[in-house]
Amino acid sequence: MSVPNAQRQIDMLTKMLRIREFEERVKRTFTDHPGVIRGHTHLADGAEASIVGSLSHFKKGDAALATYRCHGYPIALGTDTKAMMAEILGRVDGLCKGLGGSMHLTDVKKGFLGTSGIVGAGIPHAAGAAWAAQIRKKREVVFCFFGDGASKQGAFAETLNIASLWKLPVIFVMENNGYNVVTTSAQEDANAAAGQPLSIKAKSFAMPGVTVDGTDPLAVAAAVGKAVRRARRGDGPTLVESKVYRLSAHGNIIAPPGVPLHYPEHEAITVFGKREEYEAALRGDPVPRFRGILVQNGTLTAAAADAITQKVVAEMEAAVKFAVASPYPKLESALDHVYA
Amino acid sequence: MAQLPYIAAIDAGIHQEMRRDPSVLYFGQNLATTENHEFVAAYGHDRVRVTPISETAEIGMAIGAAMAGFRPVVELYMAEFMLVAMDQVLNEAPKFRYMSGGQVKVPLVLKAGFGFACGWAGQHTGSLTALFMGVPGLKVVVPSTAADAKGLMATSIRDDNPVVFMHHYLLTLEHGEVPDGEHLVPFGQAAIRRTGGDVTLVATGWMVNRALAAAEALAKEGIQAEVIDPRTVAPLDLDTILKSVAKTGRLVVVDQAPRHATVGGIIAADVVEHGFESLRAPIIQVNARDTTVPYSEPLEAYVIPDEARICAAVRKVCKTAR
Ligand SMILES: Cc1ncc(C[n+]2csc(CCOP(=O)(O)OP(=O)(O)O)c2C)c(N)n1
Ligand SMILES: [Mg+2]
Repeated sequence: MSVPNAQRQIDMLTKMLRIREFEERVKRTFTDHPGVIRGHTHLADGAEASIVGSLSHFKKGDAALATYRCHGYPIALGTDTKAMMAEILGRVDGLCKGLGGSMHLTDVKKGFLGTSGIVGAGIPHAAGAAWAAQIRKKREVVFCFFGDGASKQGAFAETLNIASLWKLPVIFVMENNGYNVVTTSAQEDANAAAGQPLSIKAKSFAMPGVTVDGTDPLAVAAAVGKAVRRARRGDGPTLVESKVYRLSAHGNIIAPPGVPLHYPEHEAITVFGKREEYEAALRGDPVPRFRGILVQNGTLTAAAADAITQKVVAEMEAAVKFAVASPYPKLESALDHVYA
Repeated sequence: MAQLPYIAAIDAGIHQEMRRDPSVLYFGQNLATTENHEFVAAYGHDRVRVTPISETAEIGMAIGAAMAGFRPVVELYMAEFMLVAMDQVLNEAPKFRYMSGGQVKVPLVLKAGFGFACGWAGQHTGSLTALFMGVPGLKVVVPSTAADAKGLMATSIRDDNPVVFMHHYLLTLEHGEVPDGEHLVPFGQAAIRRTGGDVTLVATGWMVNRALAAAEALAKEGIQAEVIDPRTVAPLDLDTILKSVAKTGRLVVVDQAPRHATVGGIIAADVVEHGFESLRAPIIQVNARDTTVPYSEPLEAYVIPDEARICAAVRKVCKTAR
């Protein structure tokens, strides 16, 4: 098992910075350009290390599927952030032509096959894509991302059983951020309530289950790397529980038209009054932490890290500018793509 | 009478019934996660619970608890989340009483918001009412005012059958007069929201507002529309609709669902069968365009029926009348 070399680590940091800056821009757009983002958005801030560490093993031909909390993965896979932002603003230059919006980012060219707004729905989709990979026999694998809450859906249990039984080349990456909206894991999960890691669920499906610190990109890369090698060998799936903390609220507020949307504080504070829990998570923020580690161990200089940050800020500023300037699609295009 | 938003009126209906009947349970996701949650504080954790994201178990357990003597209300937030548990909703709850030869009853309420056409894109904006309407054994309620939201919720809880309570998400913050004390709205009684002699408009949920707005615009052109809100679509008060059509001779049905998935289409068929001689013009259906609801704002507005499309349909039936 090899640790990524210096250049790859810098590349990982860059991707983490890009995801964070993108999400910060989405958040800011609610105030900078009121009304241009509608409905519901869900941010990946706090999960950057987990996303980038996992997808550091992604090879051409592999596939990834995720949930409505889907802005991070395509950035890690190289999707154009201008097209992503334009999609979130419902514009003609959007990644999905303005039809899908924030919850349904998809970039098939990059291997990002699709995202469902229904909790747990993407888990069997990933297994199906893995079955296709198994039949094609090119040692391709599928990355399946979902939340801790999703592991309480029937689709989770049904799919993990089949995937293990058929030895499908799929890596189940459960991003455990400790919450399903305003419900804590201990309030809804029998394993969590019993003090067990959620990765223990793998046991009942006869597949390996591991828990990893999802705020450490190298630890995630190591754990997911092992699962990927197992999958490519044809030995079947692994459940990786990646422990993260989402640094924003579940999503922007839910309101009918006329009420300006914005991001409230995290539910730990607004619902449970546990400000300290949230602030501890902020202190462990994976993005500045990984930067600090790389600067400290001499992988890159502080000046070089700053230069990356500046470039990232400029990229995301340009993405917002592009999206705001992009026109809306033609009305009749609402009728396109209903059928193939 | 108090001015309440629609969403608070629904809660008032649940409170009214939970206070008087200890067999009423209320549970669902992201509900009651702290001790100061108003329902937990009032009724305790035996009766009010948060569940995991497990719709099949939530609805299936509601059926079991109902057969065992309780009256569960399941908080589902969005109607689409019920689709995960299609079997429980369409093939279990409505059929146990019948298949047991009347031995068991399944009194439960599935509280589900729908139609949130404000940027929620393809999977959270559906108008699924018609999907539930045709299943014998299931009742389907669609309140469009705050008063009805309270009264119909209370009646849903007292009903001895499974009831799908479809509250329209775009009405959430609309205020209305709500009776303070015990308030029950009977099933199967349509409300005439506006009287008029030239054309009958039938609509449910948020579409009632759009039909009323269209009626006001049409009044300026000298066309008087009667607007009927069935309030419950199963059972359906066809009589009130037929009486209105007997008077106006023209019917336009307005529905937020795509053309072949509407309540309006079913009403139109019933009116053709039972009120054909009254009709002076073909019935027109104003529906969502046949597509998934798009995210982009102008596209979404293009897809969902609006005042202009309702007015155009009315003008057409008025022009072609025999
Ligand atoms: C079947 C279904 N039920 C409920 C919801 C509403 N919902 C959307 S996100 C969410 C929380 C999911 O929690 P988790 O799986 O932990 O993912 P996270 O949002 O924390 O990343 C819920 C309950 C839904 N989208 N689909
Ligand atoms: Mg979660």
